[in-house]
Amino acid sequence: MDLMWKHTFGWLSLWLVSVALTGCDGSSQRGEGGVKKVQLLNVSYDPTREFYQEFNESFAAHWKATKNEEVYVEQSHGGAGKQARAVMDGLEADVITLALGYDIDVIAERTKLLPLDWQSKFPKNSAPYSSTIVFLVRKGNPKGIKDWADLEKEGIEIITPNPKTSGGARWNYLAAWGAALAKELGGMEGIRKATPEQRAAADKKARAFIESIFRKVPVLDSGARGATNSFVQRQLGDVLLTWENEAFLALKESGGDQVEVVVPKLSILAEPPVAVVDEYAKKHGTQEIAKAYLEHLYSPQGQQLAAKHFFRPNSAELISTEQMAKFAEVELFQLKDIWGSWAEAQKVHFDDGGIFDQIYQPK
Amino acid sequence: MSVENKHGIQDPLWVQWTLITITIGFVAIFLALPVAIIFAEALKDGLKTYAIALKDPAAWSAIHLTLLVTAISVPVNTVFGLAASWAIAKFEFKGKSLLLTLIDIPFAVSPVISGFIYVLLFGLQGWFGQTLSDWGFKVIFAVPGIVLVTIFVTFPFVARELIPLMQEQGNDEEQAAISLGAKGWQTFFYVTLPNIRWGLLYGVILCNARAMGEFGAVSVVSGSIRGKTATLPLHVEVLYNGFNVPAAFAMASLLALVGLLTLALKTYLEWKVKQQRRELALVNE
Repeated sequence: MDLMWKHTFGWLSLWLVSVALTGCDGSSQRGEGGVKKVQLLNVSYDPTREFYQEFNESFAAHWKATKNEEVYVEQSHGGAGKQARAVMDGLEADVITLALGYDIDVIAERTKLLPLDWQSKFPKNSAPYSSTIVFLVRKGNPKGIKDWADLEKEGIEIITPNPKTSGGARWNYLAAWGAALAKELGGMEGIRKATPEQRAAADKKARAFIESIFRKVPVLDSGARGATNSFVQRQLGDVLLTWENEAFLALKESGGDQVEVVVPKLSILAEPPVAVVDEYAKKHGTQEIAKAYLEHLYSPQGQQLAAKHFFRPNSAELISTEQMAKFAEVELFQLKDIWGSWAEAQKVHFDDGGIFDQIYQPK
Repeated sequence: MSVENKHGIQDPLWVQWTLITITIGFVAIFLALPVAIIFAEALKDGLKTYAIALKDPAAWSAIHLTLLVTAISVPVNTVFGLAASWAIAKFEFKGKSLLLTLIDIPFAVSPVISGFIYVLLFGLQGWFGQTLSDWGFKVIFAVPGIVLVTIFVTFPFVARELIPLMQEQGNDEEQAAISLGAKGWQTFFYVTLPNIRWGLLYGVILCNARAMGEFGAVSVVSGSIRGKTATLPLHVEVLYNGFNVPAAFAMASLLALVGLLTLALKTYLEWKVKQQRRELALVNE
């Protein structure tokens, strides 16, 4: 009997010892050989995982060569909304590289972590690369989906994530809406010239179009990567609406014999912006390096890596013609041409009680 | 093989077999098959997948973090479980049934909600977040937060297991020990602990399994910083989302293996607990 409880007790103390041991094993950030070691945290959205993995190495090499400091960049990825929320709740990102400006606006408005004019801190509205929304379809395009209008066909299933949680999904939604407006009013020129009455009538048509799209959505994933997995791994749906970079990546990862990319004639210019989170960087003493990190995105290496990972570089002149060849010609419209600003689009479409809530009924 | 009803009343044979077939079918499809798939996928290319998956420093960091979190939360909940069940089983006091209900809260709320509770408390926008941040403490999106939610989620396991056992045993033996001159701690170590050891171990093992496998609550407070605040279950998600399906299954199979070991131990301990109760019933007679 005595032996038995001693056994139990011994087992418990083993736990406590292992606590002590693992507790001691905290990784030290002090550098070796006198080289200063710096850590950065980049909080980003889903489809940038692979790009930043490679970019971080490029930046570390660049920083080592210019400043002789070791830098290690930590990554955190998830749906853009969730990530923005986490930064507000105290995830101490030195830099944020999110899917859309609105998410950073919200952080700036509700906390004092970065200034309201954050978007003017880096060139090109703080968007070092851009992307657009394209279609991914099954190999051979069996349902013949070539442009936005084909999404209205009966008997197809469409995969897109939830606009409430995913930045990519909001771009998908707005791209579809813009395409419907352009069809009604005769292109972007027509949208600009339309009278308020004409615009209202076209908006009604666009709303019906979006409604018909969401009726064909069998599952709403919370992020772009989840939607890609639903389409590619789980073989759900006939067409996936997604970022151009995500579509190309899925094509590459699936070996190229399962899916193909279809680029519509008109789509939205999606500019995922970047920013230094000043307060956190100040706290960590990383302001200088955080700024240098984001500036490196605009350098020839940064732009080439972005292009390699299927983001459209903002300085196309830095990229070889072969590299650029994979980006299909597509007429791109800007969000501000139709909605003025992200805040406006967010309020009308995605806030609680907005148009998305009105039209989407879960099955 | 005949199936005997405990009360000696026989249901028609077809009822028996239909029920048995349905049960086995359900278990096979919903439980056994997924577990088998995890191992099949993980071992598809042999052990090579494991070698590749384990070459990633992020995998080791995830394993390390998971062990650390478990090593803190399990002993904490063991001590708490002992204290709580002792208080509830051996003393009479006001609000006892309320206390019992409170202990069950983590079972009743969804783990995601548990995670949010802690974000509301310790997040920068939360009640104590700003103060903690000023003092230089990081709770949410750091290891302490992950430990806190794991403790919360696995809180009831030990207590829930011990309370009925201790209530059944009563405090006669303890009183005898004390009247023979034993001190408080002596009574605990020589009388109480030996009596409850199997139940205790059973609770600890369930607690351990849940602590290692918790996803929902941890996902909310982790911030999933690769190589730093990603536990094993979160690492599996990261791998899967990174188009790295074989590695994801390899890591998942490690977790499944822990689960199966737990199951084996649990079955053994269950048998032990039952045996102990039977002995106790004999003594009481």
